Amino acid sequence: MHPAPSIIVFTVLSGLGLGLVFWLGLDLGPDWGAWRWVACALALVLAGGGGVASVGHLQNPKNAWRAFSQWRSSWLSREGCLMVAALGLFALYAALWCLADLRLWGLGLLAAGFALATVYATAMIYAQLKTVPRWHLTPTPCLFLASALVGGLLAFGAARGVTGAGFPTGAAFLALLVAAGIAVWWQTAAAGARRIAAGSSMETATGLGSIGRVRPFEPPHTGPNYLLREMAHVVARRRAYQIRLIGAVLGFAVPLLFTLLAWVAGDWALVPAFLSHVLGMLALRWLFFAEAEHVQALYYGAR
Amino acid sequence: MTSLPKTTEKKLGLVIDLDICVGCHACAVACKEWNTGAYGAPLSDQDAYGAEPEGTWLNRIHSYEVTPREGAAQIVHFPKSCLHCEDAPCVTVCPTGASYKRQADGIVLVNEDACMGCGLCAWACPYGAREMDAAAGVMKKCTLCVDRIYNENLAEEDRVPACVRTCPANARHFGDFADPDSEVSRMSAARGGMALMPEQETKPVNRYLPPRPKDGAGAPVRLAELAEPEAKGFLGWLDKALARLG
Repeated sequence: MHPAPSIIVFTVLSGLGLGLVFWLGLDLGPDWGAWRWVACALALVLAGGGGVASVGHLQNPKNAWRAFSQWRSSWLSREGCLMVAALGLFALYAALWCLADLRLWGLGLLAAGFALATVYATAMIYAQLKTVPRWHLTPTPCLFLASALVGGLLAFGAARGVTGAGFPTGAAFLALLVAAGIAVWWQTAAAGARRIAAGSSMETATGLGSIGRVRPFEPPHTGPNYLLREMAHVVARRRAYQIRLIGAVLGFAVPLLFTLLAWVAGDWALVPAFLSHVLGMLALRWLFFAEAEHVQALYYGAR
Repeated sequence: MTSLPKTTEKKLGLVIDLDICVGCHACAVACKEWNTGAYGAPLSDQDAYGAEPEGTWLNRIHSYEVTPREGAAQIVHFPKSCLHCEDAPCVTVCPTGASYKRQADGIVLVNEDACMGCGLCAWACPYGAREMDAAAGVMKKCTLCVDRIYNENLAEEDRVPACVRTCPANARHFGDFADPDSEVSRMSAARGGMALMPEQETKPVNRYLPPRPKDGAGAPVRLAELAEPEAKGFLGWLDKALARLG
């Protein structure tokens, strides 16, 4: 699948922002101090910025408002509705908290719930697609939820670290370990989810398997086209191992070390932990798209 | 609108006879010609006269080589367009309500006035039947020539999809699969009409008729064997003796 930068930036940033909304909405952390400004602004900028990036993916954005209409059937529509609800509620919660010193826990819980539901809807946009066996997996929503929660927790810690509000770094350490475990779970499932394992091959695609083995002889067109660009994108797949290594090191190993460092050297170390984690997640999310194989590429004999 | 109808009154679709198709691409050309001036935005081309021309097509013709366990390989030309699935995954993923399946005849259409060009429907389709038009920014797909088949301004014989009307080999047929006595239903039943990628559980309406078994083509002639030098003397006698053993 084509790893569109707008979708990668959208899913990673909005995931982080919504994860942060979740932790802030749970009423965690001190009620007063400068850190709340940093944390609330960060949550809104990350999630909102991600939302704006997603519009960059649309070819006809003037109809984007219609995407709020089909929540009964479409995960993409549900994602849009839930995102607006989560950020709307959180903006109100943050405004009352920061400007009027009023931290309404009920409103926070509601925003936190909508934030998690939004991340789940984002994941289901991919997990629902039977046409991409690598995404059509039980661990896919778990991967998106874990990424959002641990990224949000690191952002939460970083915001408290820079403003000296204190943060239990052990929680971040544990969360990183759990998220790394879920990433390995997804990776193991995805490695086994080849198109042939899902029962699709050039033989089933053409129906000609009853005669014999099928091989592409001549493609329908000599130039590129939308289908090949979007569904048979193979750029840099051969460097997948190296990119996965970078993702694992930046996304999990380096942040784990920095959270340990924060324990002895001070909470400021959560800032590099957070930044490194974001870079690692961008690399892994790029692979999530670039390594995914679509069954319709079988018609071209392509991966 | 993006929920699928439980059943449709008719199931309009195509039969494509892979035994007859000669791979001339006339159906694709006729499709492009009709649909660029008819329903919705034109089917645009990019860099049409340049080094890497490309464009939007609703029908594309692949060619495959099929090699049986025994006997000669054969070439099969394979036109591919929207199969107007009963459980069309492209419809339910649509966030704007632009994609829909008609209850009256089962045709899957895109309301381009509502499409935001997110491309998720093309991801959901196992067949590569939907293409984003690069100029209009909306999703294009086969309409089964909905503006021909009911068009009373056309002569009756023209009230079929452009691809069917133009096919010089008569490899394409149009009709109602909900009617077991229709021509397409009977053809499909008689020849073992195939649904593509049944494992995707999309219940496609269109059917492909498999190539008929080859008669008498047998194994390919091995020219190298004919050019082998004839053995003489003792070896020649041995060769003949061995051949007599059967």
